[in-house]
Amino acid sequence: MKKRFKLEFNRDKCKGCEICVSFCPKKLLALDKEVNSKGYHPACITDQDACIGCQSCALMCPDCCISIYELEEGE
Amino acid sequence: MKTVFAPTSGMTPVDTSYCPGCSHGIAHRIIMECLEERGALGRAIGVVPIGCAINAHHFMNVDMCESTHGRAPAIAAGIRRVHPDKLVFTYQGDGDLASIGAAEIVHAAHRGEKFTTFFINNAIYGMTGGQMAPTTLIGQRATTAVDGRTVEQAGMPLRVCEMLATIDMAVFVERVMLTNPAQVRRAKAAVHKALDIQEARKGFTFVEFLSACPTNWGYAPVDALKWVEEKMAAYYPVKNFRTVEL
Ligand SMILES: Cc1ncc(C[n+]2csc(CCOP(=O)(O)OP(=O)(O)O)c2C)c(N)n1
Ligand code: SF4
Ligand code: SF4
Repeated sequence: MKKRFKLEFNRDKCKGCEICVSFCPKKLLALDKEVNSKGYHPACITDQDACIGCQSCALMCPDCCISIYELEEGE
Repeated sequence: MKTVFAPTSGMTPVDTSYCPGCSHGIAHRIIMECLEERGALGRAIGVVPIGCAINAHHFMNVDMCESTHGRAPAIAAGIRRVHPDKLVFTYQGDGDLASIGAAEIVHAAHRGEKFTTFFINNAIYGMTGGQMAPTTLIGQRATTAVDGRTVEQAGMPLRVCEMLATIDMAVFVERVMLTNPAQVRRAKAAVHKALDIQEARKGFTFVEFLSACPTNWGYAPVDALKWVEEKMAAYYPVKNFRTVEL
């Protein structure tokens, strides 16, 4: 069965640097139009189901904003 | 749900004071991940520099000590000598380490002090607003070299790894960069190796991180990482200079 992942951003920690956006090999990340409590446009995922769990974004994030979970069957 | 990647408990929940896209954040995270993976957060002591990382003790979730500009190696040497069971490290920028602190780092290495130095080389004085550092590249603009650094005026950029690798007791010397996920993984392996050698009490250990300062370079964060890869790594080769078998 195809593995499924869930990506979570700490929205208010994000500084909108766009590094994660540029390193996602599937081009799934973007900056939100809304701003966070710091006034930055935070990163978000545009297609959760397409995430392959490669961790490229999390390895490059300078602000520890990203968590990745592997979903179990039925989740 | 199984966690694949979560922020390390080696970082406090405090928002860092670094600019968006600053490599200090990646360097902090991987050093703290390594300490956490070793179960060493409770027995690590860090020494913070003067520079943008002056507040690192708010962000790194280990015991830390502040130092005066460039003097972190002298303080770390004292701490490691009275606490032989602790993992001790300094975290220093290139203005701090290669300029005002050049004597301290050379003699700490020369004496074979058994701590690890993490050297953040962003080729500029970040905190004070972008003055030229000893590591600023030829042609690179700085507020004290508005048309770019020239050899005539300031000589050639100082290669710290190459210099320290000539010292017998500097037993582990490696330069890494933080420009893509593969390089970040390599950087983590270098941090672990340096800490292994420190724990074996073999001598002085040193890891240099080629880092981006998007703010003072005037580049967007992603372009700043490309500049590290294209310009900095061309002058500062990313490689291991010295290591010991354990
Ligand atoms: C004795 C002394 N001289 C000068 C300064 C001013 N000063 C503060 S930070 C800094 C340079 C920091 O640059 P770097 O070590 O490259 O760190 P970065 O800010 O780029 O991370 C200088 C010269 C000082 N605080 N103390
Ligand atoms: S890399 Fe981190 S701080 Fe930068 S935009 Fe992505 S989540 Fe935000
Ligand atoms: S000035 Fe440069 S080194 Fe300092 S926090 Fe900003 S980007 Fe980082």
